[in-house]
Amino acid sequence: MKKLQSTLVNMVLVLGIIAIVAATLLAWVNQLTAEPIRLAEVAKQQTAIKEVTPAFDAVGKIISYTDETGQNINCYPVLNQNKCVGIAVESYSNAGFNGYIQVMVGFDMNGNIVNYSVLKQAETPGLGTKMVDWFKTDKAAQSILGKNPAKGLRVSKDGGEIDAITAATISSRAFLDAVNRAYTYYQKSLDAVQTAQN
Amino acid sequence: MKNNKFGIILNGLITENPTFVLMLGMCPTLATTTSAVNGLGMGAATMFVLICSNLVVSLLKSLIPDNVRIPSFIVIIATFVTLLEMLMKAYVPSLYESLGLFIPLIVVNCVVLGRAESFASKNNPFDSLLDGLGIGLGFTFALTLLGMVRELLGSGKLFGLTIFPEQYGALVFILAPGAFISLAYLLAIMNKLRKQS
Repeated sequence: MKKLQSTLVNMVLVLGIIAIVAATLLAWVNQLTAEPIRLAEVAKQQTAIKEVTPAFDAVGKIISYTDETGQNINCYPVLNQNKCVGIAVESYSNAGFNGYIQVMVGFDMNGNIVNYSVLKQAETPGLGTKMVDWFKTDKAAQSILGKNPAKGLRVSKDGGEIDAITAATISSRAFLDAVNRAYTYYQKSLDAVQTAQN
Repeated sequence: MKNNKFGIILNGLITENPTFVLMLGMCPTLATTTSAVNGLGMGAATMFVLICSNLVVSLLKSLIPDNVRIPSFIVIIATFVTLLEMLMKAYVPSLYESLGLFIPLIVVNCVVLGRAESFASKNNPFDSLLDGLGIGLGFTFALTLLGMVRELLGSGKLFGLTIFPEQYGALVFILAPGAFISLAYLLAIMNKLRKQS
């Protein structure tokens, strides 16, 4: 077959048709994958909530806050036999070594940290990335589990009580920043939950 | 170009290996190979796009006027990359997260456009498909090898299996400088092997 000449009509027509076919195809696949993508995200969130809170049988109504920088912070109260037994808070910090980190922190009703799960981070591999396990390892003063961040958790270098990750103090500070932020919103949502229950 | 079909695949895998010989697509090569699995994933993703875009470009080659061929190729490639991105997000979210930004960046990977321009737009669809497969395999092979070297030296693991304790690993190999060092040594070894054969 002879190659089409590069006349204006040909060029506009061919490029236009290619673009239309491409757009149609993408729209179709987008529709097809929208549900699995949503399910995958929900599944990930559910796993994270399960990991960080006391045993529960239902997740209550999500309480959403918007902080001063416009970031969304979601609190997930978890219920056991219709009684609130803990709250998982999806918190963040922008102070990481590579910027944004997102952490899910679970609290019991006394404000003690049950567990945490790092949802998003881009820290230095092998150093800052250790935050995923570091702060739940029961060694020296590195664990934050069972601690109550009412006064704010800080690394020992800043006069606090938590051992920072070796060679990753900035990441550690950012992590604790996220945990402290989670606590602030935990308290807000706790009030909301208790008002709703009474 | 060799005439036999096997030769086309072999050409992409060895003679014109995109990473070790053509030195194309260095950005994803260096950035995503922090572990063997990531390298394999990135290679497979690029291979998928290469095969699809090569096939389609070759099928449409006589319908596309010369003056708009580059924009047309880019639209075709971008379509497949976006398709891949949505599919990965839906079915392999963990791999998608670890490759992150580099999936959308396959659009501008010069290997893909380079093969569309230099091979697919001049050859028949079946040969183009084989070329996509060959170059894709070559790219995957190179990235997996680089990922294995970096993961082993950096964290003492191979495909996630511990070979020696992590604290004896040289962290630098996981970081950016290690990527350059590993790539340089691999290139030197490959060049030596190719000269001998």
